[in-house]
Amino acid sequence: MTVKPVNQKAWLLVLPVLLIVALNAIIPLMTVVNYSLQDTFSPGVFFYEGTKWYQDVLSSPRFHGALGRQFLFTGIILLIEIPLGVAVALAMPRKGPWVSVCLVLMALPLLIPWNVVGAMWNIFALPDIGLLGYGLNWLGFDYNYTQQPVAAWFTVVLMDVWHWTSLVVLLAYAGLSSIPDAYYQAAKIDGASAFAVLRYIQLPKMKRVLIIALLLRFMDSFMIYTEPFVLTGGGPGNSTTFLSIDLVKAAIGEFNLGIAAAMSILYFLMTLLVCWVFYTAMMRGDES
Amino acid sequence: MAQIKLDQLAHSYYPHPKGQEDYALKAMDYLWDDGRAYALLGPSGCGKTTLLNIISGLLKPSQGRILFDGEDMTMRTPEERNIAQVFQFPVIYDTMTVAQNLEFPLVNRGVDRAEVKKRVTEMLATLELSSKAGLRAQGLTADEKQKISLGRGLVRYDVNAILFDEPLTVIDPHMKWQLRTKLKELHQRFGHTMIYVTHDQTEALTFADKVVVMYEGQVVQIGTPEELFERPAHTFVGYFIGSPGMNILPCELRGYYAVVAGHPVVLGADYQKVSGSRVELGIRPEFVRFVRAGEQGLPVTIDAVDDVGRHRIAKVRLGGHLLNVIVPEGQEIGATDHRVVLDSNKIGIYVNDHRLQPIRFRHGAGASA
Repeated sequence: MTVKPVNQKAWLLVLPVLLIVALNAIIPLMTVVNYSLQDTFSPGVFFYEGTKWYQDVLSSPRFHGALGRQFLFTGIILLIEIPLGVAVALAMPRKGPWVSVCLVLMALPLLIPWNVVGAMWNIFALPDIGLLGYGLNWLGFDYNYTQQPVAAWFTVVLMDVWHWTSLVVLLAYAGLSSIPDAYYQAAKIDGASAFAVLRYIQLPKMKRVLIIALLLRFMDSFMIYTEPFVLTGGGPGNSTTFLSIDLVKAAIGEFNLGIAAAMSILYFLMTLLVCWVFYTAMMRGDES
Repeated sequence: MAQIKLDQLAHSYYPHPKGQEDYALKAMDYLWDDGRAYALLGPSGCGKTTLLNIISGLLKPSQGRILFDGEDMTMRTPEERNIAQVFQFPVIYDTMTVAQNLEFPLVNRGVDRAEVKKRVTEMLATLELSSKAGLRAQGLTADEKQKISLGRGLVRYDVNAILFDEPLTVIDPHMKWQLRTKLKELHQRFGHTMIYVTHDQTEALTFADKVVVMYEGQVVQIGTPEELFERPAHTFVGYFIGSPGMNILPCELRGYYAVVAGHPVVLGADYQKVSGSRVELGIRPEFVRFVRAGEQGLPVTIDAVDDVGRHRIAKVRLGGHLLNVIVPEGQEIGATDHRVVLDSNKIGIYVNDHRLQPIRFRHGAGASA
């Protein structure tokens, strides 16, 4: 038997990456873990609290409320944005001068800074001076997002759909453009209906980019903060207080470092878990 | 099953073609007989695929008509034409099983379940894919995927014609031969009109009853493999068919003989006088030989001799012109004073690339013209 020489030099090459990851991810995360297990009364004085903060968070109705709203919001926007994005991508021209026009128009919302998006919709939806708010009231709807939870939800969801459907469109369009012409020609020869083309050619070929779109949209919407914060500030009441908004309130507004740190860790683990479940479920479907 | 007629058919990919050079397909009138196997042969970009897509209905021609059994089909969809087409690269429906892929064209046409099942089972056996019927088509090899593509065309045996667009490009050489044999078998069994596009002459010559040679958007000759070899109608056919292709030498015509590089060459027939055109003499390398001792011939110098197995190919120079000579196995090439003779019965005369019909044949050469 021959013994493979062991070369430990490889570790040296990995070191820079480890350092960078440690500095920007592991160390901050461990600080948060630290906070989530300790209590403090004055700077530099910490007491070990065990899992107290976690128990507090997990049994708090406030956290349950924010978590429930978060899942509801993410669920709604995924249900709207993914099918809508695919539909828009299917309707876009595949060649000719209009392609670039459409692509630029689609990319516009993605280029606007998030707090600007929030501010735009804040004004746009105001019932007395905003085009949307005023228009809805003029049409006879009693609409005031600053006072009605349903109106606030409607506005936040609409804003997110406006802001992010483009991302799904662009990804789906990229997936569609990569389908060779021969597939469409073969489908014509085989006498396939438009629905069969969608079902058996376009959707399967778009699957990978749609998984990416779904993951990105899940993560982004699950962590949404800026736009609803600028638009509604989490209100009226707590009706649009999502997880991040609640977290920031706990950490900065109320200075509950232990609670906020425990929430952050739970939040992080949930995002990780859901993404992992999504990804493996879809990739498994791919292999069989 | 149908006879296909092209009536003044032409196509340009430009919306407003200005001249002949804008046409991918120049005006043509042809008749494709019912139940025959045709090969469309030509170099890349000569319009083969364009013509095929027009016949199948994927492309609407800029002008002219296409008729199936006398019925105008020009504006009909591929489905109405009832045509099957197999593409260069395998097209399979990833999410379906192998069997479902084969069922797809039948199910779309509302064929009843029992009939679908019977045909698919039969086709799976023909393609030797029975053991994989239940597998997802996605995980198969390129060969198998292309077999599925072929199968989706062949499973509909009531079609008017089956068109193949270089279907064996991605297939391994040994499988190529197998699949081609299979196609021939199926053709004999079902008698479909088959049109097979290829740029591989071996494929064309072995598959087809008739080979249609295309060049720069035009059909330059339709004929049996033998006709294409013996009497190319165009210098391109001579050059494209055969290995190596026909020798084409500029010449001057003097009735029953031609002058090539200052030397007279006797022809097998008399030709009319031609003036103001490019006149060339075509002779296949198979019909040029080195002279035996003491025989008369054209003086040449040898550039190189390639051994290709069954025979050798001598690349020689006659005056300024290059010429290939096939030297059969066992025949020696002398050391000095090389001379060649051309078989006068096998010589063709080409005027502006088109074969010139002789006025009359001499010493019994008529049979080969």
